[in-house]
Amino acid sequence: MMKYKILKKNDLSAFLDALKERYKIWGPRSEGKQIKFAPISDAGLMCLDKFQNSTMSPKNIFFPQSEIMLSFRRSGEDANIYKETENKPSTKAIFGIRPCDARAFFLLDMIFKNDQFTDTYWFSKRDAATLIGLGCNEPCSSCFCTSVDSHPFGEKGLDVLASDLGDRYLLKVLTEKGEKLLGGLSFLDDPKDTDLAEQKALSKKAEDTLSSKISLENIKSKTVLQLYNQDCWSEVNEPCLNCGTCTYVCPTCHCFDIQDEVYRDGGVRIRNWDSCMSWLFTVHATGHNPRPSKKERVRQRFMHKFKYIPVKRAGEIGCVGCGRCVNLCPVNIDIREVVKTMNSAK
Amino acid sequence: MRERTEKIRQTAKRLLDEKTVDLVLGHRKGTINSRNAPFFAHKPEDVDMLIWDGNCRNNLANFLVHYKDKRVAIVAQGCVSRNVVGLILEQQIKRENVYIIGVPCLGMISPDKVMESAPGEIVELKEDNEQVILKGRDFEITLDRSGLIRDNCNQCTHRNPVLYDELVAGEVKEQEIADRYGDIGNVEAMSAEERSQFIDELLSSCIRCYACRDACPLCYCPECFVDKFNPQWCGKSVDSRDVLSYHIIRAFHTAGRCTECGACEDACPMRIKVRMISSKAEKDIKENYDGYEAWEGLDAQPPLATFKLDDPQPFIK
Amino acid sequence: MKNPYVPYPVRIDNTVVETEDRNIKSFKLRFLSEKDRAAFDYLPGQFAQLSVTGKGEIPIGIASSPTEGDHLLFTVNKVGVVTTALHNLVEGDVMGVRGPLGNSYPFDRMKGKDVIIIGGGYAFTTLRSTIVYMLHKDNRPDYGKITLIYGARTPGMLLYKETLEEWSKRDDIDYNVTVDREAPGWTGRVGFVPAVTEQVAPSSDNAIAVICGPPVMIKFTLPVMTKLGFTPEQTVTSLENRMKCGIGICGRCNVGPEYVCKDGPVFTMAQLKEMPQEY
Repeated sequence: MMKYKILKKNDLSAFLDALKERYKIWGPRSEGKQIKFAPISDAGLMCLDKFQNSTMSPKNIFFPQSEIMLSFRRSGEDANIYKETENKPSTKAIFGIRPCDARAFFLLDMIFKNDQFTDTYWFSKRDAATLIGLGCNEPCSSCFCTSVDSHPFGEKGLDVLASDLGDRYLLKVLTEKGEKLLGGLSFLDDPKDTDLAEQKALSKKAEDTLSSKISLENIKSKTVLQLYNQDCWSEVNEPCLNCGTCTYVCPTCHCFDIQDEVYRDGGVRIRNWDSCMSWLFTVHATGHNPRPSKKERVRQRFMHKFKYIPVKRAGEIGCVGCGRCVNLCPVNIDIREVVKTMNSAK
Repeated sequence: MRERTEKIRQTAKRLLDEKTVDLVLGHRKGTINSRNAPFFAHKPEDVDMLIWDGNCRNNLANFLVHYKDKRVAIVAQGCVSRNVVGLILEQQIKRENVYIIGVPCLGMISPDKVMESAPGEIVELKEDNEQVILKGRDFEITLDRSGLIRDNCNQCTHRNPVLYDELVAGEVKEQEIADRYGDIGNVEAMSAEERSQFIDELLSSCIRCYACRDACPLCYCPECFVDKFNPQWCGKSVDSRDVLSYHIIRAFHTAGRCTECGACEDACPMRIKVRMISSKAEKDIKENYDGYEAWEGLDAQPPLATFKLDDPQPFIK
Repeated sequence: MKNPYVPYPVRIDNTVVETEDRNIKSFKLRFLSEKDRAAFDYLPGQFAQLSVTGKGEIPIGIASSPTEGDHLLFTVNKVGVVTTALHNLVEGDVMGVRGPLGNSYPFDRMKGKDVIIIGGGYAFTTLRSTIVYMLHKDNRPDYGKITLIYGARTPGMLLYKETLEEWSKRDDIDYNVTVDREAPGWTGRVGFVPAVTEQVAPSSDNAIAVICGPPVMIKFTLPVMTKLGFTPEQTVTSLENRMKCGIGICGRCNVGPEYVCKDGPVFTMAQLKEMPQEY
């Protein structure tokens, strides 16, 4: 497998044009006050200048917020039989995915598939997409990826990693999909040794820039119940509004609701993102609620990300340090502070 | 700002020391430069965390319904004090259980306007009287505070608390606003098709996180209309019809009760100007009910909750 | 890749109102397709998601035993939107079944041991499946003494009255069915399940106990089990939680790190002791 290639920034348009024959090209675009990953017909439409990250995580490319799963009719031959809706996602090449969001994809790949069941809706889109990640030369002040097993130039979940060396990108091929993407493109040069050294230096510089460093050692060694029964949860939950902001902008949050919607004589089974912050999330039909107050719900979110997921997924941490919830929580509940508090459990 | 912070801390300490209240509800400095956090001072030692500055945009009255059986002191500027009045009149809290530390307000900073003025990521934001200093990795600029004030604060006519137990500063002069609903007027002037497109675009990035509802002190219903499943009033998807239903129904529920504090817009992670819809409702209320302003005092009579024999009823022909 | 969210279509063969308050109904279901039936390979303890079009899905324990033939039996309590719609369906109606889901009772561990089945109220459904399974002639030799302790508020609230009648006549099961209070016409035992368990006093020697019932019954029965010498590893129960996907993906039904729909619903008390009490 070829390992490294150089793509000059001047050739970016030509690169994307060449890919257009085989892929639908997606990249970061600004739309009003938001930055989101969307189809781009031209390299110039990407807002790569001063691009830190998209407002919402790109998980919605493979896991849309609302998705029709099945449909049914209530009369006629096949009445009351649920049928699959058409599921033919386009083949995409997505440019500019940050390593934190990519590691989230890696984690979600583990969650949407287990020893018995595979979420076909996630994987049909995921398998059809090739991800070209972009390393973070200047991580934002709210990022803390290195504290949670991620890295500004991390490779997990990506097919190709692009490092911005100023006037050119160093492309590192990581998977077969990545190899297929770059194969046969004429204007990619071979890198010089100095290119590789420059990338290494850039990576180290980015790592050193990260000001937030949090230890999770204590969380790893304590038991579920020891962390669950800490006193700190009473204080942590106080300002929480129990809205869904943190869960919806988060790249690793994956909880969803399934319900039927009826239109005239038929209908659909639809899934929508849901949030453990809602009191409805766990309430039984009898009215009994295992998480009756804000405290239980707030505790659930942090325990899930930092303890339950690592316990169940061979140590993989359920947070990638992207910092979106830090910036967007309306009451400034800072996950970095909460984790520090959790880690100080006796 | 500094004086207000000092006075708030002194007052809070005194109230907690003398056990006049169980808890002081105020703001503390945020861990990021664009936002403060609500702070719950339970012990006298906690009061040094309390501050007052241009990032105190959370409406603290939102939390009062969770402490119904405690005596709570609340740091409240004009709009927040009006929400406290609203909660008292709607029988959600008792007057004797709330101690209002009134703060005459000089307006809050808009994080959108700050971001638009900065050439890059802001690492530090400092307020210095009439100026705001923004520092980034490779820049430092000084801006006039007046140019960074939130839109709703620029249109505010109730900067002084309407109900309080003590004030931490002298009352400020109330603003005289010529055209409070200019933005709304522009939309009203559009054709039906243009208006429909405007609303669709306004709400196109809504992610149904309900931060607007959960930050709002008016929305204290234990079971909100969106939670109901039998019957289901409102779809839960991000289909534009479901999104619109949610925002419009909520605007109807807040009409005549909204103090235009802007907590909803401040909470929205997608920076949607949700007040375009709720303020339209307020404009209609004022036009139909003699310029009624919500919760100006304990004798307030909200038009949609009060019956008067001379209520306008143009729909009866 | 098989889509795990598509229900198998089934037809309602038969419905039986089980209880005097008419809130609990049993549904006998038959698969429309032989292929689906063959794929639905289950053991007692597992559950399935029942769908009513336009209303939604609900997780219900499987009450039939795989030894009983091609049909499935579910006993459903009418308590919400979907269960109410389900109760309004009649013979011949088509609905959906997705499964089998979850883990079964630990038959590997139960083989060669005495098995004590303790049930209360309408949590008895998967216990019916378990007893029918164990009593089947092919399986009975695998198990030692089988003791049944089942209680309901009144005789009219007991489930599967005909099946209970059959079991009471067998000599390969120690039959103890009780009601909370004296009732006209009832000649059987009277007493709460925890008290009856203490009276029957099954031996904990080489035994496993499976307990399913309302939280209050479990709360008072567990100390009795401890007194009788049952260790937490020897005591098995089944949890309930609000579910949606039923396949361990949507994140809703977790109790600590475990998903009730995938790692459960069957757990030993030893496992529950390590988990937060969020159920």
